[in-house]
Amino acid sequence: MQRYRGALARLQAVGLQSARGMAAAAQPAPAEDLIEVTVDGQKVSVPKGSNVLQACDAAGKDIPRFCYHQRLSIAGNCRMCLVEVEKSPKPVASCAMPAGPGMVIKTDTPLVKKAREGVMEFLLINHPLDCPICDQGGECDLQDQSMVFGSDRGRFTEVKRAVADKNLGPLVKTVMTRCIHCTRCIRFAKEIAGTDDLGITGRGRDAEVGTYVEKLMTSELSGNVIDLCPVGALTSKPAAFTYRNWELKTTESVDTSDAMGANIRVDTRGMEVIRVVPRLNEDVNQEWISDKARFQYDALRYQRLNVPLVRGEKGLQQASWPEAFAAIARAASKVQGHEMRAVAGRLADAESMVLLKDLMNRLGCGDLRSEAGFADLDADTRSSYVFNSTIAGVDQADAILLVGCNPRLEAPVLNARIRAANLAGVPVAAVGEQYDLTYPVEHLGANGDALDKLAKNSDYMKRLKGAQRPMVIVGAGVLQRADRDAVLAKVAKLVEKGEVVREGWNGFNVLHDAASRVAALDLGFLPSARARASKAAPKLVYLLGADDYSEADVPPTAFVVYQGHHGDRGAARADVVLPATAYTEKYGTYVNFEGRPQSTKPAVASVGDARDDWKIVRALSEVLGAPLPYNSLDDARRRLADVAPHLARRDAVEAPLWLAGEQWKAAGDRKAAADAAPLASAIANFYQTDAISRASKVMAKCVRARQNPIPGLHAASVGN
Amino acid sequence: MRRAVQSLARFSALVAHQSAASSTSAAAVQAAACVGSRRWFATNSHDIFNTHRHEAHNNWDTEFDFTDANYEKVAEIISRYPTNYKASALIPLLDLAQQQNEGWLSLAAMNRVAKILDMAEIRVYEVATFYTMFNRSKIGKYHVMVCGTTPCMLQGAKGIYKALKDHLGIDYGQTTPDGMFTLGEMECMGACVNAPMIAVADYTKGVEGFSYHYYEDLTPQDVISIVDTLKKGGKPKAGSQHRSKAEPAGAVVDGKWVPSKPGADGMTLTGEPPGPYCRNLDEPAPEQAAAPK
Ligand code: SF4
Ligand code: FES
Ligand code: FES
Repeated sequence: MQRYRGALARLQAVGLQSARGMAAAAQPAPAEDLIEVTVDGQKVSVPKGSNVLQACDAAGKDIPRFCYHQRLSIAGNCRMCLVEVEKSPKPVASCAMPAGPGMVIKTDTPLVKKAREGVMEFLLINHPLDCPICDQGGECDLQDQSMVFGSDRGRFTEVKRAVADKNLGPLVKTVMTRCIHCTRCIRFAKEIAGTDDLGITGRGRDAEVGTYVEKLMTSELSGNVIDLCPVGALTSKPAAFTYRNWELKTTESVDTSDAMGANIRVDTRGMEVIRVVPRLNEDVNQEWISDKARFQYDALRYQRLNVPLVRGEKGLQQASWPEAFAAIARAASKVQGHEMRAVAGRLADAESMVLLKDLMNRLGCGDLRSEAGFADLDADTRSSYVFNSTIAGVDQADAILLVGCNPRLEAPVLNARIRAANLAGVPVAAVGEQYDLTYPVEHLGANGDALDKLAKNSDYMKRLKGAQRPMVIVGAGVLQRADRDAVLAKVAKLVEKGEVVREGWNGFNVLHDAASRVAALDLGFLPSARARASKAAPKLVYLLGADDYSEADVPPTAFVVYQGHHGDRGAARADVVLPATAYTEKYGTYVNFEGRPQSTKPAVASVGDARDDWKIVRALSEVLGAPLPYNSLDDARRRLADVAPHLARRDAVEAPLWLAGEQWKAAGDRKAAADAAPLASAIANFYQTDAISRASKVMAKCVRARQNPIPGLHAASVGN
Repeated sequence: MRRAVQSLARFSALVAHQSAASSTSAAAVQAAACVGSRRWFATNSHDIFNTHRHEAHNNWDTEFDFTDANYEKVAEIISRYPTNYKASALIPLLDLAQQQNEGWLSLAAMNRVAKILDMAEIRVYEVATFYTMFNRSKIGKYHVMVCGTTPCMLQGAKGIYKALKDHLGIDYGQTTPDGMFTLGEMECMGACVNAPMIAVADYTKGVEGFSYHYYEDLTPQDVISIVDTLKKGGKPKAGSQHRSKAEPAGAVVDGKWVPSKPGADGMTLTGEPPGPYCRNLDEPAPEQAAAPK
């Protein structure tokens, strides 16, 4: 009995009682909030407010369901979950029936079986029997349950209805004749994604799920409806007809398309990634992933760097590894250590960064930086650059202030969580450019001056102070500004005055937008004081997967080495290209914006001659005469743990120390003036943010589709 | 078999509809609507589809806004509901929009209502497609709807339908070429006691003059004279054509009005009804004591 309590508290927290996600999960329900029911003769205790279906789940009884989903509101329209409740004359839909104390529930009586068989027969009346050509076949709830409750013949002799397919954009394929009207997709769009586009039109046998007017699903989370749809009505368009799910091998990994570190499962067949689906992790992504995380995988086949390349007379030429290394060694021999520079890209893993840092330091180079252009960021205090409240902390917040960030594009899954908080009554305010975040946002001004005004005893300040758990979220765009110090000093004042950091709660958060960023800062992949002071242009630049470097970071005369997996801006500029593995092909540590180290795992073999990043750096160190003492992944990870001990604690967040704003004082001392430009997000195009997503055809289609989300809509009538 | 034929009919209607949609002239739309056999409707409504298809007169560029006078009505309607349940005003507002918009709801009209009520547009589409009294495609000035439910059927609704069809030259879902009448079928309107009946929605006079009259106890000649009167701009007698209310005065039998036995006021067709008796509303209430035993 005890065993089920945790699970139930969890269910309750997400389902019936609140839309706040997992906040209550941590605290098991106190005994007086439990009620006892009997399921098939077995007594179970469930929290008050549970429904009968949850009680049955707690008793370990499997209740078939189509429309019920623990993260969505209850619709109670599929009737598959019928059970018998003593003293009730008819079978009851267990998902829509609150459990009462002393209820006697029966799930395996002949009546229940017969009732469910009846429901199944009705569901199958208009459902096409096209399982052999349906992509859901083999993992379809309707198929599975018809094995138990279905009849071997139908009594329906009329003509089945057919429904026109809807065009929801380049990601979700629809075969609406298969729809069983569970309304999960509609509820997802309305409740989680916040783009209220789907609905049921018509009634009776003519009811159909769709958008009524042809339009795109304009959500960054739209792919999740594919997982939610219990039948094959909504499936993946890019993967249509390419696989049967039982052919796939699965690998549990981590997404790197944004800084959230969503937990994913990479499904592969042979050498190919066939699809990417979310993995449940309540503390990170719950069970959602963004469309970029789900659909950018096609890029793993395009634009790949699969052989080393060396620039010769006719441009980049294919070379062998020794030739490529020799070319680098030649160039390196002509420059001093302090004339080198290393730039880490958005997708660099922690292992290769720490090794590259060691190598560069051994060569006498201290000029290490991230591509985003915050070479002079002060990263001495970890709490000043991570998401201190943690993602799950959003569920507990009671006031949220966004500063120069657009979570909808920077971390769509986080945005859904903020939205859930907002729906539960948490006010969200923003300083910076205005974005449509799918929930109402109180806009408090655009630039640094607005922050000053806020800090000056404003009305909002009082509210922030009055909140129990206020959150301030600073976007990565702010860190990239030239006047970052000035803006951060203002934010610091706000944080201090608003008592955003208090006993047991750290409400100061930085929302990074690149998978590698926090690890880079944790590892001190930053220029040394001397490198910062130096004005000399570097003569050799090492780009570790860096494609979004600023022109100033890579002088035109420099010899450029690019190590990475996709041919993009960096490789085009490079003199030597070293092919590396992508996130689906390697073990790599990524630290998400909360500071949670997680590891990707190889799902497919690397392409061509590509090698793991850390191995490349290790081999190169040999050639450059500064051999690194790390010969295995474990060695590299041990080194990681030496430099940043918290990186050894996988999958967990180590709460960083808050130095009561001391670190801000240093920033404030620098006295840069904030300019008047609005605080804007660094991401304008959600679908194409890094070398992988830019190489993806699916993402390109999304970009094009978004330019015209409502076919036939003329600009003049938008505001009608 | 019949089903299959109907599916085919529906398909051809769909094709006709689409080709009509692509042509720009409104007359072509009208003409296309008139040819072809019986259409298959979305749940017995005037519309075939439960999704929107752009047409020359109904697309994103079509405009709709309530008139100032109607905005006053809108405000009054909204004031009937608690402010946090503004969406409750949806159905009356759609109805108002339909009356103002000559009997049908364009995309623009639905979007306007969504805007006024702060609702997602799809929530409005859902309601407008659910209720068959909302028309989402262009309609004639008079929407003539024949009741086709059992009591009316038993009393001769088929003959009414046939008379209208022959007289107007249109079938269900179609509009006369002059744009005067659209014929439709509907479910029981609760006037079965005076079956058969039709209802006519009059969209000629905007919101102010909108009427929605029942014409009951109909014979085929009655309906023909009703639509002819309407065509001439006249006002046919609403309600029963052959009695004052629903008193037992007779019935339509085989397309003809048969009064109950002459002289036997208060009698049914088969004789004196057993008590309790209906009160004759035209006369002062008789004394209770005077009632026969
Ligand atoms: S499309 Fe799928 S998820 Fe949506 S209502 Fe139909 S069956 Fe349910
Ligand atoms: S799961 Fe209960 S009615 Fe659908
Ligand atoms: S059956 Fe025609 S009004 Fe009732």
